[in-house]
Amino acid sequence: MELVCPAGTPAALSAAVEAGADAVYFGFRDRTNARNFPGLNFSPKEAADAVALCRARGVRPMIAINTYADAGDDRIWRRAVDIAAEAGVHAVILCDMGVAAYAAERHPGLRLHLSVQASASNPAAVRFYRDAFGVRRVVLPRVLTVPQIAALTEAVPDVETEVFVFGGLCVMAEGRCALSSYATGLSPNKDGVCSPASHVRYEQEGEVMVSRLGEWTINRFGPGEQAGYPTLCKGRFRARGREGHLFEDPVSLDASALLPDFAAAGVTALKIEGRQRGKAYVAQVVRGLKAAMAGMTADRGRAADPKAFLEGGQATTGAYARGWQ
Amino acid sequence: MTKTATLTLGPLLYNWPAERRRAFYAGLADEGPFQTVVLGETVCSKREPLVADAMADAAQVLEAAGRTVVHATLALAVTPGETAALEGVAAAAADGALVEANDAGALALLADRPHHIGPMVNVYNEGTLRVLAARGATCVTLPWELPRESVYALAAEARRLGMDCAVTVFGRAPLAISARCYHARAHGLSKDGCRYVCGEDPEGMAVETLDGADFLTVNGTQTQAHAVTVLAREVPDLVAAGVNVLRISPLDMDMGVVGRVYAELAAGCLSGTAAEDRLLDMLDGRPAANGFLNGGDGAAWVA
Repeated sequence: MELVCPAGTPAALSAAVEAGADAVYFGFRDRTNARNFPGLNFSPKEAADAVALCRARGVRPMIAINTYADAGDDRIWRRAVDIAAEAGVHAVILCDMGVAAYAAERHPGLRLHLSVQASASNPAAVRFYRDAFGVRRVVLPRVLTVPQIAALTEAVPDVETEVFVFGGLCVMAEGRCALSSYATGLSPNKDGVCSPASHVRYEQEGEVMVSRLGEWTINRFGPGEQAGYPTLCKGRFRARGREGHLFEDPVSLDASALLPDFAAAGVTALKIEGRQRGKAYVAQVVRGLKAAMAGMTADRGRAADPKAFLEGGQATTGAYARGWQ
Repeated sequence: MTKTATLTLGPLLYNWPAERRRAFYAGLADEGPFQTVVLGETVCSKREPLVADAMADAAQVLEAAGRTVVHATLALAVTPGETAALEGVAAAAADGALVEANDAGALALLADRPHHIGPMVNVYNEGTLRVLAARGATCVTLPWELPRESVYALAAEARRLGMDCAVTVFGRAPLAISARCYHARAHGLSKDGCRYVCGEDPEGMAVETLDGADFLTVNGTQTQAHAVTVLAREVPDLVAAGVNVLRISPLDMDMGVVGRVYAELAAGCLSGTAAEDRLLDMLDGRPAANGFLNGGDGAAWVA
């Protein structure tokens, strides 16, 4: 299995390469990628330099163009595909059918990976993207159990599968979530943002710290509670007269204990989430997971000391275990 | 020729019992204003066996009354059972049934056969429409979150490609779908042992913020808006742009009456603002929203 590592900046990319990444993925500094956050991502020149660095070090560079192109004007998405192809990337990671059709037609030699944002969750869906656009690898949405991943991988043997092993956890099917859009007008699909910082506010109400997204209260923290970032699906809400984390606790994904199971399931690649994270995160998580992969038959241990990087210090294997659902 | 639009009733998103469904669709067959009715479970495959007979009867009654029946596929098919259900609906298409695809798996199974594209397929641009049309799609219902400029551009392209173009003008927007059931979770249960608690809420489970604002609605594995999308004032411009199907998503209210307001609006017998006033009255305290079309947050109401 190969380890596919996030790079939000050239510095994080270097850190991933140094730490032993097999592949890195990054995006351009605009709405064409799903981590369209201030201060992140690559200019075309930086992308070309990153590709050269990766090639020199035997690391496979991948560019994520994984938002949905606008009607009326899809030029920045087409341009992103062209720049990636010209830079000589190993693959582009796409979700939009229109963008995929353009890439397949304009750059027939370009390797296409299907982003998790396309949420292909069954064998027929994978066949669709293979047949329509020649997709070679599918990043699976975080809705499948390990046995389902094995069955899907076996059902479409000519398409590789990649699964998330560590990092932030979408509890909704990716690319099919308009919660942020409903609360703020900005969405992962259109704008490449989820619970955008531009719409986050913290307000002190007496002893209580209130976190808001747009006009909506996402959480209230009492004295002594750490006020976390108001990611909508990790907030506290009230339903049936009870307050709590209705969708999910503020936890992160750590599936490092499942490495042997992913290998047995025929998975080709393991993905680390976190292009918004710094180079320290990238270095440590990449190193830890590489070590775990190297020794995975001997010990089913977790990535080396990942706890410091987990949201709220808590980990879950999410949908990979049926009981979570 | 003046442009006009027909009315489609979208699939029932909630877990109503069999008898309730029979009565609901029989009523709409008798006197309803909907030319087309979309049936089929799009949210949770566990609900389907319990109501399969009632839904088959509903299809029969509606077709006998001259309505076009479209069968929708699940939005998120993951398990072997769900994949089999997907294949079953697609097989019905081979026998001549009209099917609405709600994920890429359905698109694979329906390729090269006339079919519809549901609002759960991510159609954001003309390139996507061209891919879908080339594979046999004849009608597209656009995603809920699209702003006006996108809707207009896509409607024009759909019509140029010979496809019908639908926009959902009434109902609670589905915002997310998950492998996890939040209805079960709120009851302290897992999805596998859910006891069908979603059936207790005919319009979903209300979700408030901690300071008491009505925010979201949980419907099993689906999370919906709390506010009801109401587009009426906007309809004449939508139709002028090429939207030729107005789609209405059922709530726990008299959908025949809602449909008749839109029928009068589409026929030009009622102005957009008059239609809007009547629809807002019918909401009976439910908040309204039109933010997505207006390019802002979906929860907003732009007066």
